[in-house]
Order: sequence, then structure tokens, then C-alpha cells
Amino acid sequence: MIVFPWIFTIWMSLHDWHIGSKQTFVGLDNYIALATNRRFLESIGHTIYFTILAVVLPMVLGTVSALVFHKKFRGRGFFRTIFIMPMMATPVAVSLIWTMMFHPQLGVLNYLLSTVGLPPSEWVYSPNTVIPSLILVEIWLWTPFVMIIVLGGLASLPTEPYEAALIDGASQWQMFWNITYPLVLPFLVVALIMRTIDALKVFETIWAICNGGPGTSSEVLNVYLYAQAFAYNQVGTASAVVVVFFAIIVALSLILLWARQKAKWA
Amino acid sequence: MTRDSIPRPISRRRALQGAAATTAAWVGGLAAPMLNTVTAYSQSGAFNWQRFKGQTVEVLMETGPRADLMKKYQKEFLDQTGIKLGIEVIPEQQARQKVAIELNSGKPSFDVFNFAFHVQKRQFEKAGWLQDLSPWLKDSQMMPAEYELGDVSKMGMGFATTSDGQINALPILCDYFMVYYNKELFAKKGVAFPKTMDEMMAAAAKLHDPANGIAGFVGRGVRNANVVLWTQLLSGWGQETISRTKPLTLLTDTPDAIAAAEYYKKMLASYGPQGVTGFNWNEAQGLFMQGKAAMWVDATGFAAPVEDKTKSRVVGKVGYGLPPSGPKGHGSVTFGTGMAVPKAAAHKEAGYFTMLWMTGRAMAGRMMQVGGGIPFRTAPLKDPAILSTLTVPKEWADCAAGCAPLSMSGLPVIVPVTEFRDVIGTALTNLLGGADAATEMKRATAEFKPVLDKSEAA
Repeated sequence: MIVFPWIFTIWMSLHDWHIGSKQTFVGLDNYIALATNRRFLESIGHTIYFTILAVVLPMVLGTVSALVFHKKFRGRGFFRTIFIMPMMATPVAVSLIWTMMFHPQLGVLNYLLSTVGLPPSEWVYSPNTVIPSLILVEIWLWTPFVMIIVLGGLASLPTEPYEAALIDGASQWQMFWNITYPLVLPFLVVALIMRTIDALKVFETIWAICNGGPGTSSEVLNVYLYAQAFAYNQVGTASAVVVVFFAIIVALSLILLWARQKAKWA
Repeated sequence: MTRDSIPRPISRRRALQGAAATTAAWVGGLAAPMLNTVTAYSQSGAFNWQRFKGQTVEVLMETGPRADLMKKYQKEFLDQTGIKLGIEVIPEQQARQKVAIELNSGKPSFDVFNFAFHVQKRQFEKAGWLQDLSPWLKDSQMMPAEYELGDVSKMGMGFATTSDGQINALPILCDYFMVYYNKELFAKKGVAFPKTMDEMMAAAAKLHDPANGIAGFVGRGVRNANVVLWTQLLSGWGQETISRTKPLTLLTDTPDAIAAAEYYKKMLASYGPQGVTGFNWNEAQGLFMQGKAAMWVDATGFAAPVEDKTKSRVVGKVGYGLPPSGPKGHGSVTFGTGMAVPKAAAHKEAGYFTMLWMTGRAMAGRMMQVGGGIPFRTAPLKDPAILSTLTVPKEWADCAAGCAPLSMSGLPVIVPVTEFRDVIGTALTNLLGGADAATEMKRATAEFKPVLDKSEAA
């Protein structure tokens, strides 16, 4: 069940097959063509750029939020529920709402900018701002996910090291850096692995909001793959992209798993 | 009862034959009334809408006014034919993928479907997936006289005919490109409707008022969708995107193609709204309906929303004009949709009857009445009964009729048309970011050429 789709995909990647025409064995031609395909190479660049931003920012904001929500304050449960609500929404529905908000003339975001005297932005309608704008959606959607994992880690921490540190006169920062951070690191790495894999595989938000555009300026690997498979019906090329994509994800996952082993509590 | 639904009178001889056939069937133990009727009519040689009574036809439709109409009148079709419709409606992009994959599988879940000639026709033709309708169209038992096949436009039948002369689809709607313009904004600035492309550029410059949020011109800037706006402009140079003779040659980097690209760049980058690189027809429509764009060049099918009081702020202020003429030509790019029956469909004949009804004159008239599109027929465009009941201004119908003689192909009829649109569309989008027209068009043409050559060689 698990192995067959993979073998079949690899087999198809060795063929030239356009839906509606005959399948021809071409060996590694699809891979060789990808190595010099400008659009494919650009899509790898976009994927890396998108992934870095879509991992780092939610990780930082999610960790800070977890630290905030770990403290006891009035209404904590209510605000925590509100905070994690975006994660429960369907990405495509969320994307459609953001699409309306991003509209340069009719969207609410430019109206908000105008209320504080800032010039309007083109958001996802400009090649220069499209990826940072898409990251806003990612932050909104996935910061709660990081927050929940880190919060789980914080809740499981022992209290004894903190009591000892207080007796020794440690400051808040010293306690965070020397106790909280190392103890919560394995949870952070779990969040990092999951977020990285999710960000690499991003499709729905980009497809629904800007279709990989303007031009191909936000075309990540998954969007490129979709175009090859379902818009151009180039099954052989699309299969080769899947294999390359899978290799990238496996390599990154192995690096991150190695990092997780390193980060485990001693 | 519609005109299409009126059965032809049955002669005494045919009635006797029918009665005889029914009696024979009853005597023989075949008491199913459907079969008796079929037998009677097949013997009589007359067309009978009830011939495939009792069957259920699965229909796959793309989201839009056609699907809405089909759903609305399916009961009428059931009463007329005894054929029950199972209608699945999905958005255009998903429908295209579904159709290609299911037809390729050899076991489609639908008996009839609608599709865009300019996107899918060549692929279906090459793969041999569609039922040849030619024998049925000539058969008096399968073609009702009231269908008036001769009323279907030449361009429509051209779209539906394969390179070897088979007719494997029936045309349903055509979309010409026209100019929607805001009469109020034009009057305020004292600008007359442009007759030439130079005048259109000058008008856009005069009407462009970004300080007040008004764009002089709006149109498709987003990759893929934008190609058809450029081909509309290219028609002003009297040129299409590909040679008409084989071997097919791309004409997307000729001096005229580059001139049209430069015009596209200047018009949208200088007088278009902010963020136009991401605009498809829906963003352009939204802006125009808010009264924030003076001119919008796009297909005919948008009159209904533009004139909808619940959605539009420009109701009653919209003018509909012919695309202006260019330095070397005058055209209105045209796109067509049709309906077809897969060769592997389970209910081919009943599916074909469904097509006859959907593409017939009565439904064509209804489509026009709601502003849902222009039929590939000439009679509804001149029918006073239809023109007097339009829910959109008559000026729209007049403009559409005026576009017909200017009709030009808007996209090449090739298998990799989506890739063509993506590659050329990316170049056009890049122009809006400041790229050089000649460099981009030459680069895009060189990039697409091997794809086309490979496709044609297959």
C-alpha cells in the first residue's frame, strides 16, 4: 500500500506521458530537463524563501505567545481559545477571506494603512510583495500550532530547577535561558520539524490567493507540480518533480531529526 | 411549452405503425411502454424526443449561467423527453482536469459535458475521446427539424468540426471581446467613446485619476488570463498567435506581436489600477462595478453582474462598445464553448438528446435573456421576442451582434494551450513590472516553441 504508489511514481517519472497520448520510456530525460528548467529552478528558490519565513516567524511568535499564555492571568482560557481559532479554519476558506483583504483598491488592509497615514501596498498583487504577504497568512494560520506544542512543553517542565534558581538569586532572563530554553528545546524541535514539512508542502493558500503569481513570482514546488500534472497534463514531468520534491523533504527531515536527537534532554 | 419541445405532428400512418408495434410488443410479452414507443418511431423514421425515455443522463457542467439554466429547466426536459438529468456542476479549472482524467480512464462518470473549444478541443480530437455526431446530425430520427442546424454560426460549427471533418461537439456559446465603459466618467471628462486604439490610449490617459481612485483602464494582468487581452490588442494589428498552415509556427515574437505587447504594457502599467498584475476578470469586474474604472475590455458574458442592482454601483451607466480598430486590423477575439458526448459514455444517444435541448434555440434565447452569453446562433440575436425581454440593456446585444463580423480566434487551437497561456502570460506580467517587451516576447516564444513542436510531433 505504501510502496506501490512510490514505485509507480518513479516508473512514470521515467516516461514521457501527456494525458491523451502514448506513454514513451525516456529514462532520465525528465530529470535532465528539470535540471535546466528555469521555472522549476525558480520554484525551488521560492520554496526555500517561503519556507524560511513561514517557519522562523511562526516559531518566534508561537514561542513568545506560549510564554505569555503560560503565565496565569485573568481571562487566559478565553484568550487562548481565541488565539488558536485560526488553526481550526479551513485554509482555502481563510485564503479567500485574505484575498479580499489584500485587494489593493477594495481590501481592508490598505484602508487600515491609510488610517495611520501609510501609503497603500500592492500585497499579493505585486511580484515584490507577494511572498511576504503570503507569509502574513501563514503566520496567522500557524502561529497557534507552534504555541500549542511549546505550551505543552512548558506545562510539563519540573518546578524544582526554578525553585533552586530563585534561591540562588537568578534573574528572569537567566532562568529562561538556562532552564526554560534547554528544557523546552525538544518541543521546539518537534514544532520546527512539523512546521518545516508543512511549509515545504504549502499549496492551498498560494493556489487560492494568487495561483503562484503574479507571473510565477510565488510559484513554489507544489504549485509548479500541480500545473505540470493537472494544467498541462504532463504526467511524466510531474512525477519527476514529485520524486525530486520527496528527496528534498526526506533530506531536510533527516537533518531536523538529527537535530532533535541532539536536542533531547540529557 | 417551448418551441423545441413541440412534437412534430404524427401522421395517421405513423400512428398506425406505432399502434401496430405496441400491439406486437404487448402480444410478445414486451409490455414496456418505452420500448414500444421507440420501436414505433424508429420504424416511422420520425424524430421523437421521447425515444430514450426512462434513461438517466449524467451531465458535467462548469459553473456558470449555462449550468444554472440547465438546472432551472431540467424538469421541462424531463417532461419533454422522459430523460432524467443528473447534473454535476464544478468550477471551470476542476472540471477541465476531471474531464481529461476521466476521458483518459476510458470510463467517464458523465454522458455529456461542456467544454471550452479553445482549451480542450485539440486534446480531445487527438486522443479520439469524443463521439462522432456527424451520422446523427444527418439522421432524421436523431435530428429534429426545429433544431435548425443551419442557424448555428459558421465559426461555431468550425470549432465543433475536427481536422478530418467529423463533428464531435455542438457549439453552445461564444464570447466576443467588447469594451465596457462608464458613461458617467466619460461624460464628466468630456471624452468620446474611442474608435481606434490610439484614441483608446488617449481616452485612458484623460480618464485616469488615481487621486480619486479611478483607473482609466482595467483588464486582465494576471498570468495566463492576461493572454486573451493581449490577443485582443493583437487583433488591432490583424494578427493571430500562430500560423494557420502546418507546420504550426508561433507568431508571438513578430514586430506586430511586440507592438501589441508594448501597447498592453503602456495601457495597463500607466492607466491601470494599482496591483493590476494580479487582476483576473473577477478583480477587473469588481473594480468596474464599483465605478472605479472608466473602461474595461473583456468578454461579453459579464453584462448580467454589471447590471445587477444588488451588486453593481454602475447600473444604467454602462456603455457597451466594439473593440477599437488598430493600425493594421480590427478584431474581436472570440472564444467558444460546446457540449460533447464521450465515445465511452454509458448513455450516448440520450446524452446527445440532452445536448440538442441545451444547445437548441429555446435555451439559446434564455441564455441571452439573462445576459449569460451569446449563442452560436443568429436567430436569437434578431428575435424581437427575445430582445424585448432582455434583463440587460439592448445596447449589449447590439454590441455583441456588431462583434460577430469582427470575430477572430483569441487563442491557438493546440493541445498545450494552457502552457502557452502560462508562458506568454508570464512574459506579459513581467512587462507590467517594467521588463522590455521585445526581450520578454522573444524569450517566451523560445521557451514555448519546443513544447509546441513536441506536441505537434506526438
